[in-house]
Amino acid sequence: MGQFLHEFFSPLDFIRAVPQVWNGFIFNIKLMLAAEALVLPLALAVAIVRGLPGRAAAPLRGAAIVYTDFFRGTPLILVLLLVQGFAQLNYFGLSAETLFRTGLIALVLVYTAYVTEVYRAGIESVHPSQRMAARSLGLSYMQAMRFVVLPQAIRRVIPPLLNDFIGLQKDTALVTFIGLTEAAAQAGLYSNDFANDTAYIVAAVFFIFLTIPLARFTDHIIRQRERRERAQAV
Amino acid sequence: MSENGHFVSLQGIRKRFDDLEVLHGIDLDVGEHEVVCLIGASGSGKSTLLRCINLLERVDAGTIVVDGQTITGTKIDVNRLRQKIGIVFQAYNLFPHMTVLQNVTLAPRKALGISRGDAAGHARALLRQIGLEDKADEFPDRLSGGQQQRVAIVRALATGPKLMLLDEITSALDPQLIGEVLELVRQLADTGMTMILATHEMSFAREVANKVCFLDAGVICEEGTPEQIFSAPREERTREFLARVLEGGRL
Repeated sequence: MGQFLHEFFSPLDFIRAVPQVWNGFIFNIKLMLAAEALVLPLALAVAIVRGLPGRAAAPLRGAAIVYTDFFRGTPLILVLLLVQGFAQLNYFGLSAETLFRTGLIALVLVYTAYVTEVYRAGIESVHPSQRMAARSLGLSYMQAMRFVVLPQAIRRVIPPLLNDFIGLQKDTALVTFIGLTEAAAQAGLYSNDFANDTAYIVAAVFFIFLTIPLARFTDHIIRQRERRERAQAV
Repeated sequence: MSENGHFVSLQGIRKRFDDLEVLHGIDLDVGEHEVVCLIGASGSGKSTLLRCINLLERVDAGTIVVDGQTITGTKIDVNRLRQKIGIVFQAYNLFPHMTVLQNVTLAPRKALGISRGDAAGHARALLRQIGLEDKADEFPDRLSGGQQQRVAIVRALATGPKLMLLDEITSALDPQLIGEVLELVRQLADTGMTMILATHEMSFAREVANKVCFLDAGVICEEGTPEQIFSAPREERTREFLARVLEGGRL
């Protein structure tokens, strides 16, 4: 028991590992923010393309379906390695900057596919009569989308969006496999250097402290909506 | 006005959904300032016909001329056309995420390009006419069904349409709320608005219509003045329908 506690919860190692793991964790935060900033608009665009009506838009719709199917079905770790292979093929080099970009591209590719489906579910949850009412007033398809459908759709999917955001935060740790020294990698280095695994706990604590506020915020939003819907029901 | 002197002219309208043809060749003329009521059982094609007139549904055959313009052609600007043809639905279909004022000003601002201030001024004037100006900043779910439907009518009027299509607009309302909505329609008729109504309110149809059309199984079975249709229907099916409705206590 003492050995177990020492291996994972040594106070000395905990304190000693914090600065090193924090150095890596800054990468995770940067990666997460950059990825999310790209994923939210890109996924919205793909979701809209996927819902475009008419025969003329069929190739676009098809491309959107192939894209989401492929990247939702492929494990992130494989996408990371594929993007890295592609980067090396083009002699991007292996600077920290390139690694960051490689990790970012992989995360964006995969999470855009997930989030597209979230948006799409939201768009489809808006009753067709809403779109019809907007069109009957003389609004174009895109205007009806922008002013009537999307505002309602996005409001409904905020909880699942935040959920995917939490998933993205955690998955930033996977970029360690392409050699980016983020929090998990730094923890690994520490554990090699000092033969003690407490640094992994440090990294875990960082991630948890980042996701807890988001998780509580998600709960808050869900509760708020439930209350509003209950109020409507009476 | 089209060449034959009618504001709306339908000829041989056919519409099918998959294997089911719901309109089997409808001919109908509506003069300017006329109010035409479509009556008939649910599923007789009344709603579909109205939706065809503002191109929410594409007809499979036949021509529709509105205000001298053939709208069933391919080179029609549907958004432009729909600004001239207001439609109000049974379920109001107000936008729940917008206030009453935003509901009414959306189309004038985005479709017609009117400034926010001008659109709001016009919308408030319209809301004042129906006694709902104090609800301008409320969300639709704070309003009664009758109030919501009146807002929906005003929303359709905000783009200045020359023709109004009303699709069973009182069917979803509690009986005590129907009156306020019909009163507004009556006022509209008095201003000379050309209207086509699908309705189950026979006494209202009798009072406000210039012409009543009885639809049965996708055709206009009988049409005439309200007096003629309600007092002396020629067709057996019209008589049967009216007898059924009378039993239901609707006249």
